[in-house]
Amino acid sequence: MFIVENDPIEMRKVYSKFMQEFIGKNTEIIALEADLMSSMSMDSVHNMYPNNVINCGIMESHIVGLAAGLSIAGKIPFFHTFTAFASRRCFDQLFMSVDYQNNNVKIIASDAGITAVHNGGTHMSFEDMGIVRGLAHAVVLEVTDATMFRAILEQLVHLKGLYWVRTMRKNAVTIYQHGEKFSIGKAKILREGKDVTLIANGIMVAQAMIAADKLATQGINATVIDMFTLKPIDREAIIKYAKFTGKVVTCENHNIHNGLGSAVAEVLVEECPIPMRFIGIKDRYGQVGTLEFLKKEYELTADDIVKAVKSFP
Amino acid sequence: MKDVIAKINDLAKQIRISTLKELNHLGFGHYGGSMSVVEILAVLYGGVMKYNPQKPNWPERDYFVMSKGHAGPALYSTLALKGFFPKDDLMTLNQNGTTLPSHPDRLRTKGVDVTTGSLGQGISIAAGIALAHKLSHRENRVFCIIGDGELNEGQCWEAFQFIAHHNLHNLTIFVDYNKKQLDGTLEEIINPFNLSNKFQAFGFDSLTIKGDDTQTIYQAIKTPRKYDERPLIVILDSIKGQGISYLENMVSNHHLRLTDEAKIELEKAIALLEDN
Repeated sequence: MFIVENDPIEMRKVYSKFMQEFIGKNTEIIALEADLMSSMSMDSVHNMYPNNVINCGIMESHIVGLAAGLSIAGKIPFFHTFTAFASRRCFDQLFMSVDYQNNNVKIIASDAGITAVHNGGTHMSFEDMGIVRGLAHAVVLEVTDATMFRAILEQLVHLKGLYWVRTMRKNAVTIYQHGEKFSIGKAKILREGKDVTLIANGIMVAQAMIAADKLATQGINATVIDMFTLKPIDREAIIKYAKFTGKVVTCENHNIHNGLGSAVAEVLVEECPIPMRFIGIKDRYGQVGTLEFLKKEYELTADDIVKAVKSFP
Repeated sequence: MKDVIAKINDLAKQIRISTLKELNHLGFGHYGGSMSVVEILAVLYGGVMKYNPQKPNWPERDYFVMSKGHAGPALYSTLALKGFFPKDDLMTLNQNGTTLPSHPDRLRTKGVDVTTGSLGQGISIAAGIALAHKLSHRENRVFCIIGDGELNEGQCWEAFQFIAHHNLHNLTIFVDYNKKQLDGTLEEIINPFNLSNKFQAFGFDSLTIKGDDTQTIYQAIKTPRKYDERPLIVILDSIKGQGISYLENMVSNHHLRLTDEAKIELEKAIALLEDN
């Protein structure tokens, strides 16, 4: 049984703790903030390293360019803001200042999708993964829990290019045990079952695990895949389990258009066309609410996944 | 001093001739805005900037950002004349497979530090380079040319706030104030009002100098600014099509496709420059 338990540490604390440790080890790291430093628990790190943590103010487009310049002169810039502002607001800057000219910039995009909760529809980004995966060189990730976030951040210090890391800010549901290894571009297979494949990312991984338990009680055995790298997507894993189970359901906290569902469909339609179902936001905008309310409102619960599985003929 | 200015003026003449030939060979391009930055490029590459054409990525070099990317052809002429790549390459401007695309691309052209073309972004990148050097206590200087039409972009003003707040004294900004943008004069499209006052209010030291006054420009920027000095913006009071009376007198000279008349006039202008 999948035990639903929250990580003891918030995702934002993972980020600030990582920065505190790693700036000490590598002073080339520059963490940029857009007046959301306190929201990301970066105040104390800023106090320790005022030259490495820079609160640039509310100017996201400029910050992306600034990060590009820092990269050209040999620094390792990370830029945190909310997903909505890091994508919609400055897409041309992500394209021209960063991706087109191969600059080395890591974007930490927090408050993913409905996890923006009480900031409401204006702050909920259901488009960002689709926007960013349109960039030719970008690597697009959504981290699942604290263990994965930390492990990915450690890798990003040494990797070069545009890396987009989508995350929630508060405590994620624990999926991985301390010490788990993650390889960017390789999916994590969380359980194997021959009847259906659930491919999820972000907060939907836990929902897929709960759904798999529920399905098991009804004699339906599901494979659950954590597709934390949206781009480049793990084609091998998709094809292997699509062939093994014959049915796929994608689960994402994002518009079903242009995100995980679309990316998986692109692979399947070429390699082994099979029936699919899409769990995600269906061309709607967000609203204020608790996470539990929003999951129900936008049909992102384990029960919605079970329903989708049962809708296959 | 006299020698330096003579050298700079000679370089300016060579850049102007070379850029006209480069664009004439293609038959079309951004004549107006390339001509108005010729003198500032000559001052930077002929007397102020540290660089090594054999080692374009020499760590101690100064950095240059052509934020108004459509002036790429003038930058290419400057880089070719200074030995970053063969002058013959200039004749491949905008041809299929060229290393010299319409707008500067740092992955394609030796000596280009920053890719530009989507306006308003070069200035932020220049700020990032300057900040990196300042944080690392390195002496490298950064120079950036912005178009006056480019100032329509809000991102420029975000960048100015940041640059002044962080006192990036190692970054020198030039506004190519040629008073025209693609569709007409600045005053018709978006009135910039008093630029100098604006920049001073934003926390800069601002100087206005005739765009072709190489000596005054050189004197204003040759010495690096001290840590406690505000960053400098030089407003280059320039003329779109500067230095070529045929272009200067045209109403719309942002992008030109050569007619027979234009070709004859520009060839006359080249001959005149070469004779002087």
